[in-house]
Amino acid sequence: MTAQVYKFTCIICPLSCDIEVKVENGEIKEIKGYTCPRGKEWAIEEITNPKRVVMSVIKVKNGNMPTVSVKTDRPIPKTKIPELMKLLAEIEVEAPVKVGQIILENPLGLDTKIVATREVEKA
Amino acid sequence: MNTLQYDVVVIGGGPAGLAAAVKAKEYGLNVLLLDENEYLGGILPQCIHPGFGIHYFREELTGPEFSHRFVQRVKDLKIDYFVKARVLEIKNYSDLEKIVAFTSPEGAFEVWAKAIIYATGARERHAFEIGIVGDRVAGIYTAGEAQTLMDIYGVMPGKEVVIVGSGDVGLIMARRFALEGAKVKAVIELMPYPGGLARNVMILRDFNIPLYLSHKVVEVRGKKRVEKVKVVKVDENLREIPGTEFWIECDTIIISAGLIPQVKLLTDIGVEIDPATGGPVVNDLLETTVPGIFVAGNSLLINDLVDYVAEQGELAAYGAKLFIENGGIPAEKWIKLEKGNNIRLAVPHYLSGKRDVYIYARVRKPMENVVLNFPEIDRKIRLPVVRPAEMLRIRLRKEEIAKARDKITMEVVQ
Ligand SMILES: Cc1cc2nc3c(=O)[nH]c(=O)nc-3n(C[C@H](O)[C@H](O)[C@H](O)COP(=O)(O)OP(=O)(O)OC[C@H]3O[C@@H](n4cnc5c(N)ncnc54)[C@H](O)[C@@H]3O)c2cc1C
Ligand code: SF4
Repeated sequence: MTAQVYKFTCIICPLSCDIEVKVENGEIKEIKGYTCPRGKEWAIEEITNPKRVVMSVIKVKNGNMPTVSVKTDRPIPKTKIPELMKLLAEIEVEAPVKVGQIILENPLGLDTKIVATREVEKA
Repeated sequence: MNTLQYDVVVIGGGPAGLAAAVKAKEYGLNVLLLDENEYLGGILPQCIHPGFGIHYFREELTGPEFSHRFVQRVKDLKIDYFVKARVLEIKNYSDLEKIVAFTSPEGAFEVWAKAIIYATGARERHAFEIGIVGDRVAGIYTAGEAQTLMDIYGVMPGKEVVIVGSGDVGLIMARRFALEGAKVKAVIELMPYPGGLARNVMILRDFNIPLYLSHKVVEVRGKKRVEKVKVVKVDENLREIPGTEFWIECDTIIISAGLIPQVKLLTDIGVEIDPATGGPVVNDLLETTVPGIFVAGNSLLINDLVDYVAEQGELAAYGAKLFIENGGIPAEKWIKLEKGNNIRLAVPHYLSGKRDVYIYARVRKPMENVVLNFPEIDRKIRLPVVRPAEMLRIRLRKEEIAKARDKITMEVVQ
């Protein structure tokens, strides 16, 4: 059946091991190339449920800057990213915005908060 | 003409200048901070991705968050600063009297200072500087220009993008475009290996972006806006291989072909420049060849990590303090740091042996299982890998440095 080999460079520590994961019918068959268990765990998560921190900018009304930068406060599943980006493109906040201010709680039902990372003062 | 007087003027309000201003103020010096932008923070407010401050703050912040912490310190310490203040000239009246001329919406100013900390960052290479020819059309941006448009103004520069250069900046821009729904058609890299850190190279896999190694963009075509670019393969000597040309259709080209320290105001007054770094020649307090002028951050050498930029800013502030207290930097002899095998650049250039020092260096080519060797002082450091993309930062203790007679060589050997 469909066997696939995924190759990537471990980013957990500067040693940057080249890890290879063999997947058959959606199941992990073999992992090689890692030097420590942390790398192995990371590789498994990369295959089964890859997650990323997402960042973007949101429009600001009446601010000294036209946008505020935001991030998810924790990594979210990669598959949810396009939907979240669409949502972020649609919303708008009112100045002032403080660093660390929560813009959205659990967007799309995700276990994360959208947090402002830049200060925007009232114009 | 307005005249001001300070102990230290810090030119540039990016992380290097912010860290320098805060430290100098903490040393009790009277400080003025100047930046030509509308806000403090340098390029950080537009670097909205995480990856800043892991060493300095022991937590991973975005660029704006990193900058915010320092700007808050500047405000808490009531440090005098001007934004929209463009420095036009430095005059070296005497060793202990410098003049910094700047203009701002409030008018023209001359500041008299005992020492200067120069932290103006870097400028980006443009398309014409990397040999791209063709139609003069809209849609060609440097990475920084595109980043300002997207992440300060919220404007998308284009929909179908080709990125020139696979350094961290190029890769981060590839992700930023892809996240916003643009189609990143290719990242083109001249060298046979990617220029960025592994964690950023992973971005390409995340978004299925093709990376062309040993390729270069040579030509742009379009009527009003970019329509297509011509790409050609290069051999191991980076020469174009005839017959390998192909075209990629796109409406936007992002040039991320490296940064160059911005040293114009320094060369105007005769500061010596190191051709390897593009920045000034400095001693272990980051003082240039003009006494009392200290340099930090990307105007000293191109840094990958903001943490080291801030560290350099703080060291420059310490240098300024010593300079002002002693009426100059005292040193009996300077030990020269020489570049040996596979070392492309190394800073600082001169060591005193009176203080510990961080050496910042880059290799020419990747090597595995190496020893970083300082033969004159019997110091050896084993490293699993060295890569041009990752700056080396090595601590040497003053007792070690003092063992050398007149030079210390830094080399990478197998
Ligand atoms: C796209 C990108 C991504 C990056 N990602 C990371 C990352 O993930 N992690 C990390 O640690 N680092 C990262 N960096 C590197 C980091 O941002 C830089 O090393 C750092 O910003 C350099 O700081 P600086 O203070 O030397 O220069 P800058 O931030 O460039 O600041 C220089 C300042 O000087 C001012 N100036 C210049 N000339 C004058 C003048 N004549 N008069 C008045 N003011 C002047 C400018 O307006 C500017 O504000 C990234 C860089 C880029 C470009
Ligand atoms: S596998 Fe382990 S040793 Fe190798 S890079 Fe990953 S974390 Fe580092």
